Amino acid sequence: MGMIVAYTGNQALAEAMRQIDPDVCAAYPITPSTQVMETFSEYVADGKVHTELIPVESEHSALSACVGAAAAGARVTTATSSQGLALMHEILYIAASLRLPIVLANVNRALSGPINIHVDHSDSMGSRDAGWIQLYSENAQEAYDNLIQAVRIAEHPAVLTPVMVCLDGFTVSHSIQRMELLADAEVRGFVGHYAPRASLLDLERPVTFGALDLQDYYIEHKRQQREALDGHALRVIREVGSDFGTVAGRPYDLFESYRLVDAELGILIMSSASGSVKEAVDHLRERGVKAGALRLRAFRPFPAREIAQAVGVLRVLAVLDRAEAFGTPGGPLFADVRTALFDLPTRPRVVNYIFGLGGRDFLPEDAEGVFARLATLPDAGPWCRCANIWASAPRGETQRRGHGNHNRGGRARDPLVRSEGAVGQAAEHETGPPGRRPPAVRWVQRGDCRAPGLARQPVPPCGH
Amino acid sequence: MGWDEARKMGWQELPLGGLIPVAGNTEKYQTGGWRTFRPMLDLAKCTDCAICWYYCPDSAVVFEGQLMLGFNLAHCKGCGVCAAVCPTRVVAITMIEEGDAERQYGAEGRVTPDAKTAAKAGGPRKPPAE
Repeated sequence: MGMIVAYTGNQALAEAMRQIDPDVCAAYPITPSTQVMETFSEYVADGKVHTELIPVESEHSALSACVGAAAAGARVTTATSSQGLALMHEILYIAASLRLPIVLANVNRALSGPINIHVDHSDSMGSRDAGWIQLYSENAQEAYDNLIQAVRIAEHPAVLTPVMVCLDGFTVSHSIQRMELLADAEVRGFVGHYAPRASLLDLERPVTFGALDLQDYYIEHKRQQREALDGHALRVIREVGSDFGTVAGRPYDLFESYRLVDAELGILIMSSASGSVKEAVDHLRERGVKAGALRLRAFRPFPAREIAQAVGVLRVLAVLDRAEAFGTPGGPLFADVRTALFDLPTRPRVVNYIFGLGGRDFLPEDAEGVFARLATLPDAGPWCRCANIWASAPRGETQRRGHGNHNRGGRARDPLVRSEGAVGQAAEHETGPPGRRPPAVRWVQRGDCRAPGLARQPVPPCGH
Repeated sequence: MGWDEARKMGWQELPLGGLIPVAGNTEKYQTGGWRTFRPMLDLAKCTDCAICWYYCPDSAVVFEGQLMLGFNLAHCKGCGVCAAVCPTRVVAITMIEEGDAERQYGAEGRVTPDAKTAAKAGGPRKPPAE
């Protein structure tokens, strides 16, 4: 057993970086990822690593410097969040398409505006098509383990794609958790020596990185990326996860199935909020309810077949998205899960909840509330967007604004409905005087989720 | 990494990520055909200051040692920066519409050494090899 420590998520990442000892780090600080590089820069100053640390003037420059260094054959890591990741946006595509195995720790934080420094997944979801591998960590232990595995995954010759290791801002990055470290030699042995396929510094075999493509070759290069991500990365993630298990005693897979085998009601979710879900599952199982959960670790590439296999037997599945995808039928995770299940001859009813945006807490009782709602849903029915934001109850003084009323079925006592049966009431955000807890934001009220052409009904067909 | 310029390669043969396994092959891409204005050098006025050489974005100004010879028309795109930066008391470069230049000087012609400058250079200057 390795050394047991009590670290925050950021400390865990910094420690993993120290043990990886990358050649170059170029970074710019942003809450809540700042401490990763802050701590790491102390290691650089104290001579504990050989890394060339480049403090740059923005995140755009940070990733650009990382790209340049990686093209020069260096092993490169960096860290950022939210607006920083967004500022890197154009370079993310470049890093992926130049096939540079950069490893980036993204401490998930909501994208502005309004400005919010707390956890949600809008930042990494905003970059889900950039061609990066995305791994989501539940806690500090997993963040540490994922960062170490990310180096092997990214550098694998069949992959050669940058990897983003995500962990929740503040809830994981700043809370102290018990975890186990590997020995320096074990990490060194696991990541191994990096032999780049090409380098700008190689004068024997000079190359050109970042050239122009015209209409005749661009799509071929994109096809190569697809081959890496769809054809090989899933397999490599599993292999590396299994190898890691041999070294650390903690094997990793594409996702974690929690009491899913004989479940009827399920929740699919990522990152730290899954802890609340697993606790709710345990409570419900004690009461004889067949609840289960799937915590997705690898979001990109998306393990469609494996997920279909794992949740295909459920009666109802709720996909919980900690990010919005405005103007679509549901959140980003919901869209991929639905697609994965579409071709199954028998499949669960899949519904979507958007939760926890801007750091709003998601507690076991909230998860139990979701399961309670699932239990009332008939097996089949049209999915609509109404009332799919999960508004959780406040907990103490830390949540002064916006509470549920979660959107339970039935029409009783809903303060936001001005008149019963009103059609098409738009979402309202009420703010009240301090001391009075205003209701949470909700979407379109009941009565507006009819499909066009259906006769007006007092209860909408979706049963919400 | 295979590299075959003679035909279109498929995605499985191409080097990953658009990597080109040689350096500097941009030279083979002859951008002179883009030109709509051609720089004309008056060697009698040229002082060999090399400011035009410094600024040319295509490295299309040709020097031999310290002496200005002319322009590499295979790559000169006719941007006119050389004419713009040539010092105002010198004005050795003028931009001529490409069609006129071609009719007057052909695809090649660019320099007109006179006896005085030819003597300074130690003999008539030769246009650079393409």
